Amino acid sequence: MSFELETAISPDKLRRVAIDPVSRVEGHGKVTILLDDDNKVHQVRLHIVEFRGFEKFIQGRPYWEVPVMVQRLCGICPVSHHLAASKALDMMMGVKQLTPTAEKVRRLMHYGQILQSHALHFFHLASPDLLFGFGSDVAARNVVGVIGAHPEIAKKGVLLRKFGQEIIRMTAGKRVHGTGSVPGGVNKSLAPDDRAELLKDIYQMVAWSREAVGMIRNLFEQNLAEYNEFGRFPSAGMCMVRADGAMDLYHGGLRARDIDGNTLFDHFNYGRYWEVIEEDVKPWSYMKFPFFKSLGPDDGSYRVGPLSRVTLCDSIPTPLADKEREEFMAFDGGSVTGATLGYHWARMIEMLHAAESIKDLLHDDDISGHDLMATGQRQERGVGVIEAPRGTLIHHYRVDENDLVIRANLIVSTTHNNHAMNTAVREVAKKYLNGREITEGLLNHIEVAIRAFDPCLSCATHALGQMPLEVAIVGADGTVIDEATRDHRGLTHEISGIRSIP
Amino acid sequence: MNAPMPPPKKLRVATTSLAGCFGCHMSFLDIDERLLKLLDLIEFDRSPITDIKHCGPCDLGIIEGGICNAENVHVLREFRKNCKIILALGACAINGGLPAQRNHLDLRDVLEEVYQTEHLLGRGGIPNDPELPLPLNKVHPIHEVVKVDYFLPGCPPSADAIWKLLTDLLAGRTPTLGHGLLHYD
Repeated sequence: MSFELETAISPDKLRRVAIDPVSRVEGHGKVTILLDDDNKVHQVRLHIVEFRGFEKFIQGRPYWEVPVMVQRLCGICPVSHHLAASKALDMMMGVKQLTPTAEKVRRLMHYGQILQSHALHFFHLASPDLLFGFGSDVAARNVVGVIGAHPEIAKKGVLLRKFGQEIIRMTAGKRVHGTGSVPGGVNKSLAPDDRAELLKDIYQMVAWSREAVGMIRNLFEQNLAEYNEFGRFPSAGMCMVRADGAMDLYHGGLRARDIDGNTLFDHFNYGRYWEVIEEDVKPWSYMKFPFFKSLGPDDGSYRVGPLSRVTLCDSIPTPLADKEREEFMAFDGGSVTGATLGYHWARMIEMLHAAESIKDLLHDDDISGHDLMATGQRQERGVGVIEAPRGTLIHHYRVDENDLVIRANLIVSTTHNNHAMNTAVREVAKKYLNGREITEGLLNHIEVAIRAFDPCLSCATHALGQMPLEVAIVGADGTVIDEATRDHRGLTHEISGIRSIP
Repeated sequence: MNAPMPPPKKLRVATTSLAGCFGCHMSFLDIDERLLKLLDLIEFDRSPITDIKHCGPCDLGIIEGGICNAENVHVLREFRKNCKIILALGACAINGGLPAQRNHLDLRDVLEEVYQTEHLLGRGGIPNDPELPLPLNKVHPIHEVVKVDYFLPGCPPSADAIWKLLTDLLAGRTPTLGHGLLHYD
């Protein structure tokens, strides 16, 4: 992994350009670029600027609250956190095997989530760049512009997302932040009326998902050289696979390959993830930088998410998506499998896989069964891993004898991609910005590279940090509500409590 | 001879997520097909779904999330300055929500735990770059910082509640939520 352009030698002498906030992504991030007088790029960084501290404040809470609390990390993929936490707490409860109904209802919820999240990302957030061009007019470069110029495409996107959200509502109780999954199982199965309702529309959803794969494939055919090279860099990858090596987004073992395609580990038990993954910290981002332990922090970065899953698995266990995967892998001699924009294509293949999997589950009578909960021998800790829409998501808890959480560690999908996103934006900056007059359209190229990863930046904020200035919040009535500054060690502390300004 | 009536001016709307999870924005998009109809009546200024980075003059500013750092304060004030009406959307904007659970913790402890004593950590160190906004000791609701015109509760508020409030405002009515639309979960 190259750290070229990460840190300029003399930042004081350079001009700063910022993209703040990065838009059409989930969460709070900004990009800073340092340029010299000739507009040569010396430093590019994607900063994650917000703190949340979930791992700390769930300590001391009863474990059964956790699946409902931690999903509030993210409103786009709450089901991922809901399920990863439930899986970790299944293990903590000693439940080795869920009931068939519980596992299938959770899978249905998860595939509904993959469908809605991938549709949202492609149609509502990323498609304006692809349909109008990376440097097109900023006023129309959004979903409203897509609705105006391509109303049929936009409408299918809206309805695909709606279908996924409805599955979540029917299995979890609410479209955003539901309560369906609990440690040891689920609290309801799919009602027969809901099942009939979903069966009416699922074939249309499969067909539209196929069209979406065709649409991104066409875009690649029309712009092959640009799409293939855009933000491209060699990268290792990681994902979860089933025992037979096929894609499985809900459960399996970890598989990782290095940049040359050599296997680093395979079918690795995620209950011991810390033996293969470690995290680094850099002073300019709240998001950590994970790496493979065996390769070390300088060479061990990797990427996760649709591109890693589709390229690292041996097959996809639904026929239409599997056929699309074969075509993707063979396209232009396999060149797209290493392209940053290949993420979009892989994401649509997964959306098709999710739609097909939903169809199969709706035809399975277990989905409306009544045996919902399993029990086991209580353990002290549990680890739950799921392939969330954006990649491998790890939840790890320790629970004491009073059923209170005493320790939590979360490694979210977007955090795994931290290095990869930074590398992609540096590649784009080198190629498109170097030596040119910086325009809004050129800066959007940087964001196009970030959007390919579909980052979820508010998922990725664990911790606190500090900025060298003072701030005071003054309320509408002139009262100082909060102030903060930093001490000589760089730690935040409060100057005083509430006081009045004279 | 009568000139044709010009089309009615669209309401200009800005939205942002401060210390929130984007769930309220997702619930807004959960109006589904009604979004297509809404776009005949409103246009978006700064929002996570457009590439406009700063809020300009608007009729309505929708704020998701509370205040957890200096940047949130700055953005919120920019919205208040530019928007005729400010709507606090969802639990976090109204009372800090789940992120405010950190309010009983000491920031220093959390910093040290996450960045220095974390067992998974490689090289460690607390992030302190000037590009990172200063986090506040507490997470605050937005009405502690600016005047707020409407509060819509829920985690998140349902799409139907958001739709009712927007259509009431568009029709010039005082928004009222009927039975089932006012909830706090």
